[in-house]
Amino acid sequence: MNELPQQLANGLALGALYGLIAIGYTMVYGIVQLINFAHGEIFMIGGFGALTTYILLPSGTSLLVAIPLMIVGGAIASVAVATAAERFAYRPLRGAPRLAPLITAIGLSIALQQLIWGFYPEAKAARSFPEFHGESFKVLDNLAIQRADAFVLILAPLCMLALGVFVSKSRSGRAMQATAQDRDTAQLMGINTDRIIVMAFAIGAAFAAVAAVAYGLDKGQINFEMGFILGLKAFTAAVLGGIGNIYGAMVGGVVLGLAESLSIAYIEEIPGMQQLGGGAWSNVWAFVLLIVVLLVRPQGLLGERVADRA
Amino acid sequence: MRHRSLLILTTVVTTGALTLSACGSRDDDKGTDSGKKTTVVIGVDAPLTGSLSALGQGIKNSVDLAAKTANKNNEVPGVEFKIEALDDQAVPASGQANATKLVANKDVLGAVGPLNSGVAQSMQSVFDKATLAQVSPANTNPALTQGDKWGSGDKKRPFKTYFRTATTDVIQGKFAAQYLYNDAKKKKVYVVDDKQTYGAGLAAIFSAEFKRLGGTIAGTDHVTVKETDFSSTADKVKASGADSVYFGGQYPEGGLLSDQVKKAGAKIPTMGGDGIYDPAFIKASGEANEGDLSTSVGYPVEKLPTAKKFIADYQAGGYKDPYAAYGGYSYDAAWALIQAVKTVVAANDGKVPDDARTKVVEALAKVSFDGVTGKVAFDEFGDTTNKQLTVYSVKGNAWVDVKSATFED
Repeated sequence: MNELPQQLANGLALGALYGLIAIGYTMVYGIVQLINFAHGEIFMIGGFGALTTYILLPSGTSLLVAIPLMIVGGAIASVAVATAAERFAYRPLRGAPRLAPLITAIGLSIALQQLIWGFYPEAKAARSFPEFHGESFKVLDNLAIQRADAFVLILAPLCMLALGVFVSKSRSGRAMQATAQDRDTAQLMGINTDRIIVMAFAIGAAFAAVAAVAYGLDKGQINFEMGFILGLKAFTAAVLGGIGNIYGAMVGGVVLGLAESLSIAYIEEIPGMQQLGGGAWSNVWAFVLLIVVLLVRPQGLLGERVADRA
Repeated sequence: MRHRSLLILTTVVTTGALTLSACGSRDDDKGTDSGKKTTVVIGVDAPLTGSLSALGQGIKNSVDLAAKTANKNNEVPGVEFKIEALDDQAVPASGQANATKLVANKDVLGAVGPLNSGVAQSMQSVFDKATLAQVSPANTNPALTQGDKWGSGDKKRPFKTYFRTATTDVIQGKFAAQYLYNDAKKKKVYVVDDKQTYGAGLAAIFSAEFKRLGGTIAGTDHVTVKETDFSSTADKVKASGADSVYFGGQYPEGGLLSDQVKKAGAKIPTMGGDGIYDPAFIKASGEANEGDLSTSVGYPVEKLPTAKKFIADYQAGGYKDPYAAYGGYSYDAAWALIQAVKTVVAANDGKVPDDARTKVVEALAKVSFDGVTGKVAFDEFGDTTNKQLTVYSVKGNAWVDVKSATFED
């Protein structure tokens, strides 16, 4: 059991990554009740935006300088794509049956993947991404935090905090809450709901770009397919935490990450469960957990914050 | 009105997506129309997109080179070879659909591919029903040629149309275990596989041989293809105190596993089969991959005198992607088909006969020539008679061969 702290740290880092991506699902759903299945690809585009930024920087630039610029570059790319998707793919369908934008989202997700596959140089296979050099941080005897994990563990709470303050304190944030509660009434009160919706897409995309940089720094590579599985996991995290609830996204992500990590390490040590443990079963356990939570608490762990929708 | 614009938009997006995804499979296979010559098409099935595309493109290009060389030399008088390359994305269902498509084209007299043993399983019976010859340059799973009970010594060839120029995992797994135990002096290995036909089979053969030699298996785990976070598995490896890792699977997962094991603090080498023998493994495994090991079938193509012309021609061919791990085998596979067609055509007064597919399968079983990778011939199971293998190690960001030998039991 002496690897427990390490496994918890792994789960937390993985969960923080899921949580960052899940914000995009949950905010868009909270405001327009649309599940943006192309969000995984927005995350992927963020990664390629960051890589492009890195390539454009003079070689030998220190990562300390490069990373903030990469986040900005990635965010510009993903926000541009997300807002364009909102404007041209989703807005024309507003008011249409819910199935229509869902299908569009799936089509868009394939189109974005193929766009990177076809037009980004050498993106047909994985492309290397700058990695952190140097040793991991030794916290305890049996706990070492890798640099990339530390990066996401510090950045995710900061992003959440900033978002929390923005939503509850700023004028736009309150307008966002109002739009989420009742779009028509909010519009009657003089809120430009179109602008609010674009803002929700943009914030989700920016968070996804941060996650993409964290992912690239950790794995040392990105590829055009990476948005699919991570997007699915992040969507699961959003549902687990209570879709529509921004704190729920983070909680759901962390719970999912911990469930995966601990199931890989410990399920097979339970007598009689050897066959059901290890990496092969981590997704099974993560989804079993999701089903159990939804059976007991259909609204998700934290529930949807806007409970008074008619 | 709203709904019409909705419809138009959905259609546009979907069409766009489909058009773009179709770009991948339609490359430059529009050969010149050659009037009197009969066109014989060699089908190619390989992952041309996705994470294994580096290997797939190498296969496609090498077959293309073989076809062009045959045309240039007028290898089979009166016959113009063309290739039809289909993308299976390493997915068995796509492979099966591609096989059906190749069978339906009457000009196709043989196919090269696929890369993955799991994909081959779904293609074999389609080709068998149509008596269309298939030569894989890369499948190494023993069951494909020797039946599901090969492990107990009850070998039975399931499909007479299936051949391969790569040797099997029985040989590769044992060869790896012998190297790791005898040459690298590792005694305690942690075995990870990706649950696929190829990876799980290879890991099982390796484990059995490693134990037989006297080594210890410190633990086992499985990873899921296309997942990228193996840090929990890596920590288990570290906690087990193993002195090496054996990975049965492909390079995308293998590279990340190697990287994450080292990041977890275990400075031990990762070894794998030909699935990780690719430059992309080195890219994926980050900084600390020095000393990682892989086996691959055959001798290093670059060192074979027989391959010099192939390498030169490939470079002159102006292909965008390298020939990768299976280029030489793909060329030989295509050349074996071309030789079979040559025999069939020669026996029929220089014309392609009506039952050409059946005759090509028969001729293929008797093919024998000196290819890029050495002697090319098939035994009674359709397996290559060439049992040469090589161990490679990562040195200075490249695979360097450390031991080549002909396998002996």
